[in-house]
Amino acid sequence: MPAAAPASAVTLTARSLTKRYGDRTALREVSFELRAGEIVGIIGPNGAGKTTLLSILAGTLKPSQGSLERFSDRPLGWVPQQPALYSKLSVAQNLMLFARLEKVADPVASTQRMLQQTGLEDRADEQVGKLSGGNQQRVNIAIGLLCEPSALLLDEPSASLDPRQRERLWEFIGGLAGQGTTVMFSTHNVSEAEHYATRILMLVDGDLLFVGSPVELVQAVGGDRHDLEAAFVHFLHERGH
Amino acid sequence: MFVKDLQILRRSPLLVGLLVVYPIVLALMIGFALSSPPGKPKVAVFSEVAPGQGKVNFGSQQIDISSYAQQLYQSIDPIKVHSRDEAIAKVQNGQALAALIIPGDLVGQIRSLIQTGVGSPTVELILNSRDPLERQFVQQTISARVNEVEQAVSKQVLQVAVADLQQVLSGGTVNIAGQNVQLLGLRNSRAIVQGAIAALPANSPLRPALRQVVGFANLAIQGLGFASPVLGSIGTPLTVDQRQLAGRTTPTDAYATAIAVVVSLMLVTLLLAAGLLAIERAENAYSRLVRGLISPGALLGEKIALAAACASVLALLMSVFVSLFIHLEWSRFELWVLAVVLGGLAFGALGVAIGAVARELNSASLLGLLVSLPVAFVALVPANAVSGGLKTVLDVIAFVFPFKAALQAMSNAFSGTPPGMVGPAFHLLVLAVVFGVLGRLALRRFA
Repeated sequence: MPAAAPASAVTLTARSLTKRYGDRTALREVSFELRAGEIVGIIGPNGAGKTTLLSILAGTLKPSQGSLERFSDRPLGWVPQQPALYSKLSVAQNLMLFARLEKVADPVASTQRMLQQTGLEDRADEQVGKLSGGNQQRVNIAIGLLCEPSALLLDEPSASLDPRQRERLWEFIGGLAGQGTTVMFSTHNVSEAEHYATRILMLVDGDLLFVGSPVELVQAVGGDRHDLEAAFVHFLHERGH
Repeated sequence: MFVKDLQILRRSPLLVGLLVVYPIVLALMIGFALSSPPGKPKVAVFSEVAPGQGKVNFGSQQIDISSYAQQLYQSIDPIKVHSRDEAIAKVQNGQALAALIIPGDLVGQIRSLIQTGVGSPTVELILNSRDPLERQFVQQTISARVNEVEQAVSKQVLQVAVADLQQVLSGGTVNIAGQNVQLLGLRNSRAIVQGAIAALPANSPLRPALRQVVGFANLAIQGLGFASPVLGSIGTPLTVDQRQLAGRTTPTDAYATAIAVVVSLMLVTLLLAAGLLAIERAENAYSRLVRGLISPGALLGEKIALAAACASVLALLMSVFVSLFIHLEWSRFELWVLAVVLGGLAFGALGVAIGAVARELNSASLLGLLVSLPVAFVALVPANAVSGGLKTVLDVIAFVFPFKAALQAMSNAFSGTPPGMVGPAFHLLVLAVVFGVLGRLALRRFA
């Protein structure tokens, strides 16, 4: 379990974010801050509002209420759960296309840098549709990083990966955070959040029930539980979920 | 599996809706078309034949031409006018599809033909239809009725001729020039001659009987001489002289080419635009694109432009190839380009609207085909081939989809025919904007 991140600059503040679909409220009055270099995990049962929250932060959904404030000129990177790639284009062509759309200063150099970072240099000319799920996810993340974002938002980034690919993914994400990029990810896998997140946001039925480090969550449920998953389940039980 | 498939269908309301509504709408249209009588073309009719002068006497019979005119009027929607110029004006300003001019000497010509075998009764049909299919419809309607009139006249003339020949054979009373004349008949003449030969000595005076035989012979010759031209005229007693008003009409070959080009343009553009947009969603790329990388409107514009460009090149190549075999006016090539580009833009806009509604690649392709084929079919039905309410429905469908306007533009580009390029071009531009806006609205539920 990583230690809590040292206090650093706030990159984004969310205030009272609410999203309604007709009569259903998917997200209710959610407020939090993100700081540079921290890795924030969003956990919660299915339908808790994790993807909705990330989509609002990414700008693909508009909140019904609430506001977002960003403190960096750099954009936010977004990696959707399903690889958002053109399967008929090669890895390099996908990267080049999105680099141009992102209007990065040097698309060729950015493409090359991403190929190096993701370890896909030797697969650059292969069609994305022929890559494994893990490699497609790497390209998916690489596209999210093309704009050199202040914060990278990942929706269930490891859902389709095998354990070895997952390990490499978290190594990669850890490296990003080490360079000062804020990383926020959603996951079903509580132990993954326990291992890799420096801070946790727990969403249940659209409500933000907990914000703190994994250690703080364990402590919040009595401190006698040895893993976050047990603490998470206990936490939900205590609150009638 | 059966239940599973039903459950999947239940969760695909658009597909199920299409599969249910489409055959119902088609069946209703076909049923309505079959149960409705064909429409009557509006024809301006001017008759120079004075009232009461339409009767032709021959032999012992009389033909009233005006009664046959009434038969013709059952197949057309006649607009009776008072002069040839007025009839032509009705055609020129579009109030009538054709003008039928019945000349004042028609009765005299028919009489001459019947009595002497010389004469060419002719009515004049003036057409100004821009649409070759519509023109063909008017021609066929008039021709069919003229044929019926010809058959009726022929039948009556034949009856007269047969009766006259019977009288020549057996004798009787005939009216010639208002006077009743007794015909002896060949059989009676033969009996008299045979009797005379048998009864008279070789040197007996034969003058009265021989005079009678000679008289009969003269009448018999006259009678047969009268019957021959009558029988000869029964084939085609009436000629329709067809003419086009001054101005250009669409040659049928060029029109057929325009149809082929526009159908190709429509299918390629529509399916390409719908498919390209649906692919963005199938690849999960749409959400990533519209979060600041490109606006939805620009994305739609790009799809429309790309689909229109590809299909336009194809349509132009097709036109150039066809022009090797069919005369298309190369001097108007810039209008070929304008017509295919504007048509492509309108079809492209319709395509993205379909793609945005369908959201899935397969559904978009299916929906594109389901929409495009009836639209083309409806636009090709001649306006007057159906009647009443159905005509209004077809007119509305032809107006709100780009096929008809694209066909008019292409047809004009190929041969310079009415209604010109400005109207269809403006129509296509408006449709491109309208369907573009509809596509943009549909994109709200696209992600």
